[in-house]
Amino acid sequence: MTQNTELQDVIQVDHLNAWYGDRQVLKDINFSVKKGEIMVIMGGSGSGKSTLLRYLLGLNTPVSGHIRLLGKDITGMSHSELHDMRKNMGVSFQGGALFGSMTVGENIQLPLREHTHLDASTMQIMARMKLEVVNLAGFENLMPSQLSGGMIKRVALARAIVMDPKILFFDEPSAGLDPVVSAELDEMILKLRDAMNMTIVVVTHELESAFKIADRITVLDRGEILICGTIDEVRNSNIERIHNLLNRKPRQDVINVDEYMQRLTGK
Amino acid sequence: MKQFATQVGMTFTAAIVELGYVFVLLFEALRWIFLGQLRHQPVRMAHVFHEAMQIGVMAVPIVAILCMAVGTMLAIQGLETLKPYGAQGQVILGIAVSVTREFAALIVGIVVAGRSGSAIAARIGTMMESQEIDALRAIGIDPVRYIVAPVLIAMVIVVPALTVLGILMGMLGGAIYSSMELNIAVLTYMERSFDVLRAWDIAQGLIKSVIFAAIIALIGVSNGFQVTGGAEGVGRATTRAVVLSVSFIVIADMIFTFFLTR
Repeated sequence: MTQNTELQDVIQVDHLNAWYGDRQVLKDINFSVKKGEIMVIMGGSGSGKSTLLRYLLGLNTPVSGHIRLLGKDITGMSHSELHDMRKNMGVSFQGGALFGSMTVGENIQLPLREHTHLDASTMQIMARMKLEVVNLAGFENLMPSQLSGGMIKRVALARAIVMDPKILFFDEPSAGLDPVVSAELDEMILKLRDAMNMTIVVVTHELESAFKIADRITVLDRGEILICGTIDEVRNSNIERIHNLLNRKPRQDVINVDEYMQRLTGK
Repeated sequence: MKQFATQVGMTFTAAIVELGYVFVLLFEALRWIFLGQLRHQPVRMAHVFHEAMQIGVMAVPIVAILCMAVGTMLAIQGLETLKPYGAQGQVILGIAVSVTREFAALIVGIVVAGRSGSAIAARIGTMMESQEIDALRAIGIDPVRYIVAPVLIAMVIVVPALTVLGILMGMLGGAIYSSMELNIAVLTYMERSFDVLRAWDIAQGLIKSVIFAAIIALIGVSNGFQVTGGAEGVGRATTRAVVLSVSFIVIADMIFTFFLTR
């Protein structure tokens, strides 16, 4: 039984701690994501959610703690092991991060070119198929600079899924997009999970989108996990900081007079 | 006083750290160049040619013009200063040696640093800011292999090639001016120049140009990778890359001249 649950945990984070200089940005993070689940990591700006994503992607190596993807610890992996692991991971970055010197088609084909030995025409067909999935058929010869914000996100999504990854990471799918386009992206994420049984991690600060797509939500605040649970659990939680986040209430910290004076005088 | 000492110490440590970073980049790039094939992640030839085109072929006109101007300038000065001694004929030797050993490599170094060192820093800096470098790594493409190694190879091939062009154009500039002043044919001037030149003179220029190429490539990429702070940061890195490259080129030139001419 335990082995079964372990297999089902596609992502497993244990006691992850991270610092920027001497400021701790992630404090003892623990959570797991099951196969085929959509996990939304939510939090305000500065909550550490983007940092957490960098660690999940293996772009930063943690000082302490472990991250297991598909049952393998990526924190101590060699270069070539991590290289192989990346075939199973797809990422769509916040601003799309498309390569400006390549066409849309070349951007989407890049992972194929690096990881496979397919011939050029097969790669082209695969790229076109993914463009169909994101409703951008026929756009393969355009340059990223000729696309709108919503199109860039969709091309980035196409590039992220071109290898048919087991895990898809999506950073801020709706940031900077109008409501209609961001609703379309939400639909696309749900469709992908249903069609390909991908495990999907979405980092966002948009409540509406989070509640629409999430199976479970992890709420981060100031580097700590406030709650990790289903939509209802998050909605019904009586933790004040979650209430503030859900009801868009500004933070009201009680000021410690001594600390305040110390900060002002710098002593 | 204490503050000053702290400042000096911190600047010094930062410089050491940066130097270390540059050498790590160099080491990593060499590793990809020589071992990439074994890991089935080769440095792509197409990228090297693309960079060589940008850095080298596009710089041909400006290098030709500037080196010719320097050759002409040397001829004017040389003829002027040698006239009192009646030794104007020696200008051929002077120009041939100084252009091959010094000026061609130096001018090419400065032009390439200004044209391509800055462009490389700006390109990588922009890629850092737009998360393209993160995207490369997330796809499983090492940025050193994908960007740094091709730039380094292209530089080390193209800068010496431009230097050869610079030598020829510098001598041609000197020849055209001298032919008018000394009443000898341009072709005769060139023939006599090649007669006085030894292989070692040309080797000195080429050795320097390889060093300059490495300096431009490494300073360009390392400044690009260290970009923080948006568009302004990219601008800062670009300026810094050019200033540092040119400074190091001139200083390296002095050091190499000292050792190579002994």
